[in-house]
Formats: sequence, structure tokens, C-alpha cells
Amino acid sequence: MLQLFKFKGGVKPDSNKTPSVQMPIGIAPLPPLLIVPLHQSIGGKPNPLVEAGERVLKGQLIGGADQWLSSAVHAPTSGTVLAVEERVAAHPSGLPTLSVVIEPDGRDAWIERTPLDYTALEPERVREILRDSGVVGLGGAVFPSHAKLAAAKSVPMEELIINGGECEPFMTCDDILMRERAEGIVRGSGIFRDLLKARRVLVGIEDNKPEAVAAMKAAVEKLGENFEVIAVPTRYPAGGAKQLIRVLTGKEVPASKRSPEMGVQCFNVATAYTAWRAIAHGEPVLSRIVTLTGNVEQPRNWDVLLGTPLRDFVALGKPKSDTDRYLMGGPMMGFEMPGLDAPLVKATNCIIAGSPKLFPPLAPEMPCIRCGACAEVCPHELQPFEMYWFARARNFGKTQEYNIFDCIECGCCSYVCPSHIPLVQYFRFAKSEIWSREREKNMADAAKARFELRNERDEREKAEKAERLARAAAAKAAVKKAPAESVSEVQTGDTSVAAVAAAPLDAEAVKKATIVAAMERARQQRESVQPKNTEGLTVAQRKEIAEIEARRLPLQELSALNADAQSSQRKK
Amino acid sequence: MLTAILIMALGALVLGAALGFASIKFKVEGNPLVEKIEAILPQTQCGQCGYPGCKPYAEAIADGEAEINLCPPGGMEGVRKLADLLGRDVKPLDAEEKPKQVAIIDEQTCIGCTLCIQACPVDAIVGAAKQMHTIVESLCTGCELCIKPCPVECIRMETISENIDNWKWKYPVIELKRVA
Ligand code: SF4
Ligand code: SF4
Ligand code: SF4
Ligand code: SF4
Repeated sequence: MLQLFKFKGGVKPDSNKTPSVQMPIGIAPLPPLLIVPLHQSIGGKPNPLVEAGERVLKGQLIGGADQWLSSAVHAPTSGTVLAVEERVAAHPSGLPTLSVVIEPDGRDAWIERTPLDYTALEPERVREILRDSGVVGLGGAVFPSHAKLAAAKSVPMEELIINGGECEPFMTCDDILMRERAEGIVRGSGIFRDLLKARRVLVGIEDNKPEAVAAMKAAVEKLGENFEVIAVPTRYPAGGAKQLIRVLTGKEVPASKRSPEMGVQCFNVATAYTAWRAIAHGEPVLSRIVTLTGNVEQPRNWDVLLGTPLRDFVALGKPKSDTDRYLMGGPMMGFEMPGLDAPLVKATNCIIAGSPKLFPPLAPEMPCIRCGACAEVCPHELQPFEMYWFARARNFGKTQEYNIFDCIECGCCSYVCPSHIPLVQYFRFAKSEIWSREREKNMADAAKARFELRNERDEREKAEKAERLARAAAAKAAVKKAPAESVSEVQTGDTSVAAVAAAPLDAEAVKKATIVAAMERARQQRESVQPKNTEGLTVAQRKEIAEIEARRLPLQELSALNADAQSSQRKK
Repeated sequence: MLTAILIMALGALVLGAALGFASIKFKVEGNPLVEKIEAILPQTQCGQCGYPGCKPYAEAIADGEAEINLCPPGGMEGVRKLADLLGRDVKPLDAEEKPKQVAIIDEQTCIGCTLCIQACPVDAIVGAAKQMHTIVESLCTGCELCIKPCPVECIRMETISENIDNWKWKYPVIELKRVA
């Protein structure tokens, strides 16, 4: 038996998990409309690859990964693209983000899927496939998985951790996935192990999920793998990546390091499952398991298409009449969804219907009594009350001295604070202020650098011009000094000087005239209705134009050839 | 007695030489105060402070010639930071505070005169004579210097609105709902 370690701090909130695991995973019906945001992962924003009016198939790429740290997005079902436009995002801000709106045709027709044997492929190719299949961390962080699948150069990969901790109250999506689809998880973990060349694979599951532990053990045995399935003590946030790494291996990953540098890497169980589907079945990430629970008649886990609007999703659980909000994520780390139109995305692991009874309003914030309870429960051994003090005073430099960026926003400190201080909110506020300052500072530095470059260039150009003028003046003086051999020559010399003097005048006048003419033209253009025939073309029209251009091309080449031939003949 | 004086004199000479050497060897380039002030200024290079750029203004402040409340893009926060640094009193900003903006060229109307390129202090405009010009949004500091020179008035300023990328968590005041 593996020796387990302990992480510091942590709390034990009511788990509230039983209601939603009474029924097996349900397949959510097709909603009337899908709103698929293009940016669903950490990293670069995928570019839209479809246009309004286009027909798409299930699994078709609609947003291409923009750079290495980015992840593709696909059409969750077949249908027609109604629009590519800004729609409300599943984000605490409630601001819109570029999304592809798809009207399903009900046929659910797939693209051609090619199952692959990853052992026959280059590791680099496997990572590419994962990126282009949209495989990201489904625990909620949505970090592109392929970017985590490289071992550090100098440190061999000791342990691969498969995270089935799921410590957040209410949430059961990983639990039910492990119960029902353990084989896929184990196979996906095998892919990760082979890519990372990890020596050991440890599956960590909180011990309040005995069924999941049993199912995973059975699957590991059946597939003949040597993974260790370990039940870890239930204590929030045992499912945090750093906490689970600590519990299973005893390794502390500091904020300044990435875990591969310590010879360990961690993936969520659902991520492993989607990686397996992507490689061995050619199925990109189109749906995920989402827990629907809280103030609903029928709590349950659903396999639901990404892009399903919250409205259609919550209807499946029959929310009770006093439901006044929906949280995305768990009660500790989640946020309130900005509205019923916001879609479910890859980061959505759980939707909790809330009511005033379920989540009574917070008692008013009281002054901090420096009891130290928050520091005791902080799993990262931070001093929340100090960070709070400075965040409140907007003294962000000090918050950084107290390592605010080590804070994982787990909410333990707010949970225990006897003064009901929303500590995490202060930390989020301070962090985003610091980030924004950093951005501004970088922009100001860049602007300054460009300004200085430009001034240098101006000066250089001025110097060069002065030099040129000086040289010209010297040349002119030389002409004048030259002995006047005949009157006529002197006269021509004079006229040339006059011409030189007159030329700039003329040029000046011409320039002015052209500017005036151009201004006139521009004014007329603005007054007359601007021709819009090259804007807002439909896809069909654009295709037509492209065809015509293609037809023209050979003709143009031909005529160019003819012209060449003729001119060469003439030369002869 | 004489040896004592000699030793003291020698010591003074050696230390003097060392100090002199150090002052040459470790000479600080530029005026550190100016640099500190400049780091606070927003580098918009707009000249609204009455100086031709942020650095000249920083120098004027360092020399005690200029007030610290003349930079509109820096806003009240800039004034406060300068007051902090220099130990002067915070004064209200000598202008209106404006939200951050970017310039946008109406590309249909641009005649390609290159006048705006010459005006832009941070090289944020691309274009060539008689060709359409455009502004690289991420480089534009919003200084408005390109607006006036344009003969066909095709440049306008647009406020940068809040979007998902620049959105910030708000200071927790009203929104205090307990979730667990
Ligand atoms: S738990 Fe609350 S009251 Fe106690 S020290 Fe921390 S912030 Fe202050
Ligand atoms: S939210 Fe941050 S400060 Fe509070 S307990 Fe968690 S890690 Fe510590
Ligand atoms: S007003 Fe501010 S931003 Fe503009 S040049 Fe002066 S110091 Fe720079
Ligand atoms: S584009 Fe115009 S507003 Fe923007 S930095 Fe250049 S001159 Fe200033």
C-alpha cells in the first residue's frame, strides 16, 4: 500500500453529492439552437472557419487552433450555421464573445471519422491530433492537454496522476464518468503515460466515491494495466491538482515551477476519456458530462452537447419555482451564470440551481478580527488576512509580497471566516488589477521604445537631408566659380539655377493641387452612397467571384504571353 | 607625530582615489529621478501636458518647473503616484479624465496622403503614398495627434470598451452573495 501524504489546511463542507448520482448518465436531447463560443480554452483564440449559411456536419472543425497553445472547436451536431457573432459567454462578466450559432438539422450526421492506432504515430503527431480534436482539461481549467504532454528535458517523468478527486460539493460528473466509462479513462491514461514516458500512473479518487474506485480498479485489471487506483481522504480541496500531487507523491509544486519540472503531471479523468475518444475513435470533443443539481426536481448527470444554452439544459432537471440563479462550477469556486442564454462550454462541469433557501444571503462583512482561521485552512499556507488587508487598501505590491499568485481561489478561507469576509473576491480583484497594470506597463514600455526609435530615425533623416542640401549647394557654388568661358554658357548656367529654384515651387503647387483634388473627390465619395457591392457577400457569391477569377487567370496569362511574343517580334 | 600625519595623509589619498575611481566607474547614466518619473507617465506621447513627449515633461517635473497634474492620459492615478514619489501634494487633474481610446481610419475615405503617419509619435500607422492607410490598434496609444493633420477628416477616436479579455473583477462591495 502506497504511503499517502497530507496537505495543509482544507475544510469539510457538506458534500451534497448523493442526489445527482441516483440515475445513470442521461443523453441530453438536441436543443433547438447551439451557441458554440470559439474561445473555450486557455491560450490563443481560434479563428472561425465557417460562415453564416454554411452547412456543417457533426464533428466538423469550426474554429482552428490559432497557435501551439490553443485548442480547436467543432460543430457539436450537423446543421446550418445561422451566424458567427458575439454572444453572451459563460463567464462571470456576462460580456459577449465570438460564437458560432448553429441550428441543428436533427440528423446528427457525422463527418468521416478515422480511428487511429496511436502507438504507430509519432508523439508529435499525437499531440497535434489532440490539439485539433479540442482536448482540454475538463476539470474546469480548460488548459490545452497537448501542451501538458511533454516531459521536462532534464527531469524524467516519475508519476502521472489521474485526478478523480472531485472534491467540490454537489459535483458528481467525474464520479459518474468513472462508474460508467472507466475503460475509456484507463485507455486515455495509457496514451498520456506513453507520451510522457511516465514510470508510474496513480489514479487518485476521494474515498467518498467507493463505486468509482471499484469501477476504476476493475477496468485497470481488465485491461491489464499496472495503474494504482488510490482512495484519498475526503477533504476539500483534495481534488486540486497541487493538493492531489502532494497527497499521492509528497511533492510540493511551487507557483514558480511547472509540475513536469518536478517529474509529475496531472490530468483530470474526463480529459483522459476525451483523449481516448479523439485518438481511437476520431471523435473530437463535442459534448461533456455536466452535473445538474441543487434546487431541481430531478438532479442528474447529463451527456450534453457543448453550446447548449443554459435554458434548455436546466429544463431537463425541472428547476423548482423559487430558483433564482444558476451557478457554474461548484459552490466553493463557481460563479453565477450571467443569464439563461449563456451556453454550456468545455469548462462547465456542474450547474447548480440556487435559491435563497439553498444559499442564504451572506451576512454583512465585518471587520477582520485577525483570528487566523483563514490561514489555518489555506491549503497553500498563505496568509489570507494579510492579503485581504492589502487588497482592500489597493496596495497590490504588498499582496504580491504575500504571494497572492499562489492562491488557487479555493474559497476555504472565505468559508471559515467568522467575519463573513468574501476573501476570495478580494483576491480575484487584486489579481486582475495586477494583470491589467502589467499589460498597461508593457504597452507603455513598447510605446516608449517606438517613440524613441522614431525620434532617432527623424533625426537621422534630418541630418541626411542637411548633408544632401549642403552637397548640392557646394556643387552649385563650384559651377558658379568655374571660369565663364562664354556669355551663353553663363546664361545657361543662370537659367538652370532659375529652373532649380522654380522647380520646387512648381512641385509644391502641383502637390497642393492634387491634394485639393483628392479632397474634393473624397468629399464627393462620402456624399454619394458608398458602393457596398463588395461587402457582406454571401458565401455563394464569393465562391462565384472566385470561380470567375479562376477562369480569368489563364486568359490573362495568355494575353501577357501574347504581348511578350509581339514585343520580341518587333525587336527582331 | 610625523609618521601619524603621514599615515593619515596616505589614508586620505588612498580613500580619495578610491572614491574618485568609483564615481567614474559606477557613474549613473541619466538622471534617476527623471527615469522614475517617466516610468509613471503613460507614454502616450500626446503633448497635452505642453511638452513634446513624456520624457521632456518628466524632466520638467524633475527640475521643479512643471506641476504634476498636467498629464490627462495618466489621470488622477498618475497624479497620485507622482505625488507619492516626489512628496508633493496631490492636486486635481488640470483637465478632464478620458477613457482610453484608439484611433480608427475610415479606409474608404483615406486618400493616402501620409500626413497622419508623420504625425503619429509611436509609428502605429501603416500605409504608403496614395495607398490606403490603417492603424495598428494594438500599437495606438490614443494620443489623437493624427486627427488634425488628416485633410479629409477620416480619422476618428473610439473608446476601448470592456471586453472579455480586458475585463476585471470588481472591488467587492455590493455583490456579496454567499454561495456555500
Ligand atoms: S478568518 Fe476572517 S476574521 Fe479571521 S483572520 Fe482571517 S480574514 Fe480575519
Ligand atoms: S482562496 Fe487562496 S488564500 Fe484562500 S484558502 Fe484558498 S488558496 Fe488560500
Ligand atoms: S500629457 Fe502625459 S502622455 Fe501626453 S505627452 Fe505629456 S506626459 Fe506624455
Ligand atoms: S494612430 Fe493616431 S491616436 Fe494612435 S498613437 Fe498614432 S497618432 Fe496617436
